[in-house]
Amino acid sequence: MTNYLEFEKPLAEIEGKAEELRAMARANEEMDVEKEAAALDKKAADLLKSLYADLTPWRKCQVARHPDRPHCKDYIDALFTEYTPLAGDRNFADDHAVMGGIARLDGKPVMVIGHEKGNDTKSRIERNFGMARPEGYRKAIRLMELADKFGLPIVTLVDTPGAYPGKGAEERGQSEAIARSTEKCLQVRVPLVSVIIGEGGSGGAVAFATANRVAMLEHSIYSVISPEGCASILWKDAEKMREAAEALRLTAQNLRELGVCDRIIEEPLGGAHRDKDTAIKSVGKAISGMLADLSKKTGDDLRSDRRQKYLGLGSKGLAA
Amino acid sequence: MNWITNYVRPTINSLFSRREVPENLWKKCSECGTMLFHRELAENLNVCTSCGHHMAITPRARFQALFDNGVFKEVAVPEPIADPLNFRDQKKYTERLKAAQRSTAEKEAMLVAEGEIGKTPIVAAAQDFTFMGGSMGMYVGNAIIAAAQRAVELKRPLVLFSAAGGARMQEGILSLMQMPRTTVAVEMLKEAGLPYIVVLTHPTTGGVTASYAMLGDIQIAEPNALICFAGPRVIEQTIREKLPEGFQRAEYLLDHGMLDRVTPRTEMRDELIQILRMLLGMEPALKGDLPAPGTPDNAKDGETAPSGA
Ligand SMILES: [Zn+2]
Repeated sequence: MTNYLEFEKPLAEIEGKAEELRAMARANEEMDVEKEAAALDKKAADLLKSLYADLTPWRKCQVARHPDRPHCKDYIDALFTEYTPLAGDRNFADDHAVMGGIARLDGKPVMVIGHEKGNDTKSRIERNFGMARPEGYRKAIRLMELADKFGLPIVTLVDTPGAYPGKGAEERGQSEAIARSTEKCLQVRVPLVSVIIGEGGSGGAVAFATANRVAMLEHSIYSVISPEGCASILWKDAEKMREAAEALRLTAQNLRELGVCDRIIEEPLGGAHRDKDTAIKSVGKAISGMLADLSKKTGDDLRSDRRQKYLGLGSKGLAA
Repeated sequence: MNWITNYVRPTINSLFSRREVPENLWKKCSECGTMLFHRELAENLNVCTSCGHHMAITPRARFQALFDNGVFKEVAVPEPIADPLNFRDQKKYTERLKAAQRSTAEKEAMLVAEGEIGKTPIVAAAQDFTFMGGSMGMYVGNAIIAAAQRAVELKRPLVLFSAAGGARMQEGILSLMQMPRTTVAVEMLKEAGLPYIVVLTHPTTGGVTASYAMLGDIQIAEPNALICFAGPRVIEQTIREKLPEGFQRAEYLLDHGMLDRVTPRTEMRDELIQILRMLLGMEPALKGDLPAPGTPDNAKDGETAPSGA
């Protein structure tokens, strides 16, 4: 079953009709529907192409949050070998919203860390919908320190609506944990590359994505606040999320222009969820490429390049 | 308590409604309702003389009271490009900025200065909650970087007074990028071995708390300051339960191990001098020998127009 987004409804109808025809033909061998069904397929493909040719920022938000979009675990399972998860912050708990461990990429050992949203009700609850608590950030800090100590490059996969706004999370120092995680990103002397694979939600994303290179999937987003949150504050109306998504300039294309994103990874037509394997392979290629670019640099250079990159951000705005 | 507090003030309270009180003369404490004489309130650093409630104070008024004889030199902040995203909600960002500049008579939401406190040379930065909620955009980031660079240049500690509702949404992702940018500033101080003291004032929330405001060598807060990542309303909506009394207030954070100290504003200067001189290996300050702190003659807050008195 395909999960269609609201703006994909016309597409759902056509694809549904084609599916129906073929189901009828299977039940009744005398029917020949193939010509008609093929025409519908063609119509659907054209529509898909036109829908995705120029997605509005709000539609991109929906694609970025698509429930079938490949998540952190999908990438780790497909791209890395010998993935060995490492758990816990050595202080309070193991946060399942953040997964991470040592693994091999192209045969070479790396540290991989990312937010995992889950893909069904049970795993979504277990993963807290990808919203980390302080323990998640402190686990990441610990893994980054480990990577730094043993010279392993760090790969982070970012996909979070934001840090979890909960009572315990606040009591245990959500702010401090995020601040320290960002600080750790800036301290390590190993290559640090990050891919925003879905949602880059505010401080919860920055804590992992302060990297030498930041790549974004074509329809992923990275924002200071959710469009809904921004709309309810600035427009005093959460329903104005389309306007807010537009104003916030949260698309990969805008962020590339602003220098926040270094590289855009193309998605299969209709979004990463329509062809997960291709999307995952493209991300793998981008990670390998970014790590190769950094492989000749010394630890001090990696660290100072990273700092200079962030100090220099904001020197140019978007064209009016 | 003197006779004014006990007798005259309640009488005045009953005589005047808030409307009839000239704003530049009297101010009503938002906590206990006492009418406070403006001059007296300013001399007490905008802390209610009746209940101790800490009201907002502008960076300029704070610095006048902080630095010896009220003398400080502003540190220049590199000007960022204006309105990088061409942001527009119901109003244009540039219009909101202009309105904030008019109402505060300040350029932006952070002031950086150098000077001496108790003959201890420091660089200080203070965030202005009255300027668009103190929100952190490119300018605030630039200010913190400039403050750290100046501190390193002069080999002085940095004392930072935070106050912010969070990010400057109108600068979108560039606002968010101030989290790593200001963290780089903190790293500069750390590597130079210079003390970085954060004084968290009401309110300090969101991305500000989750970056430079939580990375101090020593973390001090003003009493009852709201300090959090997610605001209480967001949390109540998420977990659908009532939060405990005092949740996310300075004293609560102190109890949960997130702060070193909670110190009243009126005692802050002495405390900063004492701490800094120990961290810097200096002799103790001689109380009698200290230059008197400056008197903030134009202390003001968000609800009161500048009196110019
Ligand atoms: Zn009071």
